[in-house]
Amino acid sequence: MNDFTPIPALLGGALIGLAASLFLLTHGKVAGISGLYGGVLRRGTSDRALRFWFIAGLVATGALVRSLFPAAFATTWTATLPLVLVAGLLVGFGTQLGNGCTSGHGVCGISRLSVRSLVATATFMATGFATVFVMRHLMGGGR
Amino acid sequence: MKSNAAAFGIGALFALGLAVSGMTKPSKIEGFLDLAGAWDASLLFVMVGAIAVHFIAYRIVIRQPSPLFDTAFHLPTRRDVDPRLVVGAALFGIGWGLGGFCPGPGLVALGSGSLNAVVFVAGMTLGILAEQVVARTAASRRPDLVRRSSP
Repeated sequence: MNDFTPIPALLGGALIGLAASLFLLTHGKVAGISGLYGGVLRRGTSDRALRFWFIAGLVATGALVRSLFPAAFATTWTATLPLVLVAGLLVGFGTQLGNGCTSGHGVCGISRLSVRSLVATATFMATGFATVFVMRHLMGGGR
Repeated sequence: MKSNAAAFGIGALFALGLAVSGMTKPSKIEGFLDLAGAWDASLLFVMVGAIAVHFIAYRIVIRQPSPLFDTAFHLPTRRDVDPRLVVGAALFGIGWGLGGFCPGPGLVALGSGSLNAVVFVAGMTLGILAEQVVARTAASRRPDLVRRSSP
């Protein structure tokens, strides 16, 4: 389940970096998914249409990949649905409060050597490590 | 129109990168976050690959007079590390560890139609809307604290 896959990881990562670079070249913006999606949900965002189309590209590609290469998606789940809902709430609230997620802070911000993004990335990695440690090794069982 | 089509295509490329790298599977995220278990370093390699490309391309792109479909670049300029940044990132990390999804992979997995992804994105949407309401309320009480939306 936890096979280390360095080559696809590097290749996929390079595609993500390329997409972020193309978005900067075409639209001059940070390709941060939480920020783009938050702007779609906020009324009165001036560039709401292009944010919507970026997110639509993500979702549509998910459907396409599902039909061509279903192994890219999980078939078994460790987290229960109520836990996934709580996870979504925390991810949504936290990324808006902290102005970014793995893409905006982790990829784009670190590439710009932004201090805020370095601090944010170190913080969400730390609480992510701590959360999985508590869930898997202290509470065990459930997952 | 060209601008929206480009945004769609770039979103698709971004999603392809997430799928190729395996990040659309929560087990890969959980494997990375499980330092005390059978640690899977793949996510670190995704970050290295993405940052290696963007670190260089960013420096070339911002030398252009303007983006193709806009009159100016819109990049974050803040340097201050405030409590909102740290608390927000901390909450995000907890949710990331609980569900194994961050926003990008969650939205790509939504397209795959999995129930877990539907529930995750529903929760994420509510969380975003809740924060926007809290931020608006705070801004109306304290107009000096103006919020900014990008990292």
